[in-house]
Amino acid sequence: MIAGLYRAGDSPLHRTGAGTKLLALVLFGTLLLSVASPIVAAGGLLLVLGLYLAAGFGARIFLAQLRPVALVLVLLALAQLWLSTPSEALLLVLRFAALVLAAGLVTLTTRTADLVASLERRLSPLARLGLDVGKISLAVSLAIRFIPAVGQIAAEVREAQIARGRRPSPVSLVVPLIVRLLKMADEIAEAIDARS
Amino acid sequence: MISIEGVRLERGGRTVLSGLDLTLAERRIGVVGANGSGKSSFARLVNGLLLPSAGRVTVDGLDTRREAKAVRRKVGFLFQNPDNQIVYPTVGEDLAFGLKGRGLAKPEIAERVAATLNRFGLEGFGDRLVHELSGGERQLVALAGVMILEPEWLVLDEPTTLLDRRNARAIMAAVAAMPQNVLLVTHDLTLLADFDRVLVFEAGRLATDAAPAAAIDAYLRIAG
Repeated sequence: MIAGLYRAGDSPLHRTGAGTKLLALVLFGTLLLSVASPIVAAGGLLLVLGLYLAAGFGARIFLAQLRPVALVLVLLALAQLWLSTPSEALLLVLRFAALVLAAGLVTLTTRTADLVASLERRLSPLARLGLDVGKISLAVSLAIRFIPAVGQIAAEVREAQIARGRRPSPVSLVVPLIVRLLKMADEIAEAIDARS
Repeated sequence: MISIEGVRLERGGRTVLSGLDLTLAERRIGVVGANGSGKSSFARLVNGLLLPSAGRVTVDGLDTRREAKAVRRKVGFLFQNPDNQIVYPTVGEDLAFGLKGRGLAKPEIAERVAATLNRFGLEGFGDRLVHELSGGERQLVALAGVMILEPEWLVLDEPTTLLDRRNARAIMAAVAAMPQNVLLVTHDLTLLADFDRVLVFEAGRLATDAAPAAAIDAYLRIAG
């Protein structure tokens, strides 16, 4: 879902309310998980593809949603082939891809502010139980905003290690990445204070 | 007017600033000093991001310790790195962030966002993704996000350090056109030529407080 990030447009999907789209996503996911037929799951994937086209998004954006999870999809498929049957592997991959793409479509066609406002409205009854709805919605918007930034920092750390003659590995990336993220978190908290 | 009375600041068991007694009322005030001299901490004291360990800081009589929220409405703060200041994915949403926090109605927010985009030459940027903008554009968006709240003072902490000359000039041109009082922390001494007053920090103390030419001479002697 996070990989999407809003792309301006005037399609019917862009104009549909955030709450409606979130509800439709939940229903779509539930239906997808309740069917056991690869053909139906493939139909779900085709439906999502059709919605991408209806929203004005081409193959580049469609594939960009799948790229971050491509490795996971391959690993899942291989695991299922090993543990189960080709039909099960196909079903799992189709379901997962359709869900990721559908969630991506929600963020691509919905402003973060609208998603957050919708979330706030739905969570507002819980405020009576002491839940700070404002903080939750701010956390959601920050998560969406900073996913690309985290990716960029990871790339910088990786480049710095290569430049110094080290071959980067997931383990060698983790510590400097976490240190920089913690520093960034401090600065963001300070900035939010300053703008409040 | 900003009043700093008998201020000492300690962080992590270390004295970062001490012996500060001054009043700030000029329209353009520069702050210079070597890395670690305490100039950024000084800037953070002014809008209550940091609170003094001793003494007090007031803005138009409002104490930063007791009335932090009211102080921050008067004093906007622009950080060095816009990436950590912009909290929403798109430009328009981010500009609206501070206004929502102040409880403004949606139509008024939309109107002020549009006016601010226009004022900063960011027409058409409302739906642009922040992470796709250049460094200069991001700093301009961060500045617009501060100025949309119409503070009386603007504190800028090395706002041009990460920018090329062209973008630095664009940011400073936007700042120069502002009617607000400005406190600018910088290493770029050329930005301070037209300022009314320059403070030079050294090792946590105010070493010089003078007009730009004299203060810059003093700083260059200290810096070596």
